[in-house]
Amino acid sequence: MQSFRAHSGVVAVLRRDNVDTDQIIPKQFLKRIERSGYGDVLFFDWRYHRDGQPDPAFPLNAPQYRGASILIAGKNFGCGSSREHAVWALRDYGFRAILAPSFADIFANNCLKNGLLTVGFHQAELERLLARDAAGVHTLKVDLEKCRISGEDGFEAQFEVDEFTRTCLLKGLDEIGLTLNHEAAIAQYERRQIRRE
Amino acid sequence: MMARTLFDKVWDRHLVCAGPAGSSLLYIDLHLVHEVTSPQAFAGLREAGRKMRRPDLTFATLDHNIPTLGNRMVLEDDLARTQVEALRQNCREFDIPLFDLDSAEQGIVHVIGPELGLTQPGMTIVCGDSHTSTHGAFGALAFGIGTSEVEHVLATQCLVQKKPKSMLVRFSGMPGPGVTAKDLILSVIAQMGTDGAAGHVIEYAGEAIRGLSMEARMTICNMSIEAGARAGMIAPDQTTFDYLEGRRFAPRGEHWNTAEKDWRTLQSDPGAQFDSTVEVNAGHVAPFVTWGTSPGMAVPITGEVPDPNHGASDSERNSIVRALEYMNLRPHTLIQEIAVDRVFIGSCTNARLEDIRSAARVIKGYRVSNSVQAMIVPGSQQVKRAAEQEELHRIFTEAGFEWRESGCSMCLGMNPDRLQPGERCASTSNRNFEGRQGAGGRTHLVSPAMAAAAAVAGHFVDVRNWQYKD
Repeated sequence: MQSFRAHSGVVAVLRRDNVDTDQIIPKQFLKRIERSGYGDVLFFDWRYHRDGQPDPAFPLNAPQYRGASILIAGKNFGCGSSREHAVWALRDYGFRAILAPSFADIFANNCLKNGLLTVGFHQAELERLLARDAAGVHTLKVDLEKCRISGEDGFEAQFEVDEFTRTCLLKGLDEIGLTLNHEAAIAQYERRQIRRE
Repeated sequence: MMARTLFDKVWDRHLVCAGPAGSSLLYIDLHLVHEVTSPQAFAGLREAGRKMRRPDLTFATLDHNIPTLGNRMVLEDDLARTQVEALRQNCREFDIPLFDLDSAEQGIVHVIGPELGLTQPGMTIVCGDSHTSTHGAFGALAFGIGTSEVEHVLATQCLVQKKPKSMLVRFSGMPGPGVTAKDLILSVIAQMGTDGAAGHVIEYAGEAIRGLSMEARMTICNMSIEAGARAGMIAPDQTTFDYLEGRRFAPRGEHWNTAEKDWRTLQSDPGAQFDSTVEVNAGHVAPFVTWGTSPGMAVPITGEVPDPNHGASDSERNSIVRALEYMNLRPHTLIQEIAVDRVFIGSCTNARLEDIRSAARVIKGYRVSNSVQAMIVPGSQQVKRAAEQEELHRIFTEAGFEWRESGCSMCLGMNPDRLQPGERCASTSNRNFEGRQGAGGRTHLVSPAMAAAAAVAGHFVDVRNWQYKD
């Protein structure tokens, strides 16, 4: 898995609550058997008109968010379907971190497996970021080692992230490899189960 | 010993060892696989040169992108065919049993698991599908996972998990006639919101739950994810054991007796502590209909479309405005005045035999409205055959319904079953997200009986006042 220590980039804002993974990537793009190549269809139904032209009203199409790699989103982001394609699409588009009041559980898990950092912020703190966006400041640094976001304009805020997520991301852990190191414990568990039956 | 919840008990018996940074390594008893979320996991396994640990605890079916009409062994959609072929190839290579399209046991993954007796109390069950929560109806800990975790389970039969919190949803009273499990769970989601149970495993309890059949309990647990829960569980009881006994993969003879004795201990101890508790009076629940683009946007059939001005916050008002625009609805419109173009009875939420019986009872002696196109998609081949043995399919086809083959179908519209832009559908599925049943389509979630009544009337009606002709 790709590690995450610190990242600086353009911040895009999507002010909607309960954005579900059907919106992040609609069903017709789940038929591919590859793990990458989903960036162009991220937010497909919102991003493009039916004729395939970009919808200028959709935030990601706004010129100030060109090349965005950090997303500010509404609460319960990524709810609904477990499709990891949603995370692949965000990652392939170029996002490295998402800041929101809350995330859906499976989505946050999927992000973690793909090196995409999800950071929960209280609404009040997000408002400060939104004010900054409204004032035309669109870059930010997200530092996972220091658990801090900061901007060249002097903006600064601390965040909390659980130790498990932080450790996995900082080290870019190969989770399957780690679990396989517990082979003895797994085999012992299986023997215990057979005896019980 | 401290009083433990049902969830604690199932969790504790699956702990293999501690994982990194406060996580746990959890053993998985049953892994269900379908064509859409598994190909990248098998590819990852192959690329890393890893073996599959327990093909004997893994079962696969084809359900998400398959047609429900015609010769199903011939898929016209190239991408869908490639994905179906990939699953067949992976099952051959890794020696996984597959319920293929020509199998008498094929069906929606969450319908066939229980029906084959694969789903059993006290198990840990995962699948690359959020509605895996369905299996919690048996007192299993069952939850949806992403493709990376599918790969993890294929390779290790374990998952690294942080223990979620626990929530008790207790139903007092009994639901009235015409009020179903679907209405109970929609009322819970409307009450707590689509993130109300985020980070929690729900246990559903109370008189109303005890009175429900296994099929109805599955409907409740199925939609736990729509309240944001990690999983939903119901303690097993005599209803559970009666359902399971004799099913193909259920224990037999002496094994059955041992298992049943153990399963009876799978209940929350008196005094067990939950992180939160929600009370619902089932006697006060009416048939529910969603009006918006999130399952929490639901009101009783006697209600009306909400006014954005009544939203509690700016973001809630914005959500209502957006939803009303997408759904093409005006505030204060009576729910019973909303006309539908399509009716879909199906999905892992409501496509079991009881659901079909309940819809058939409403339809019997009536015809589908001229302005409505209606289809019914049984959850599995077994459900389809059982319904046909009861001659239920005739009731539907004579009324003007299409009677289809089993699959996920228009719940998510990955196959050709889709809404056209602007079409409005009464659906027994689980999600009313924008475009869920087809780009531009408008979904209203309801129970099978309510969907059947809407098919006849051409608009939503209160099924509690239905004139049955049986």
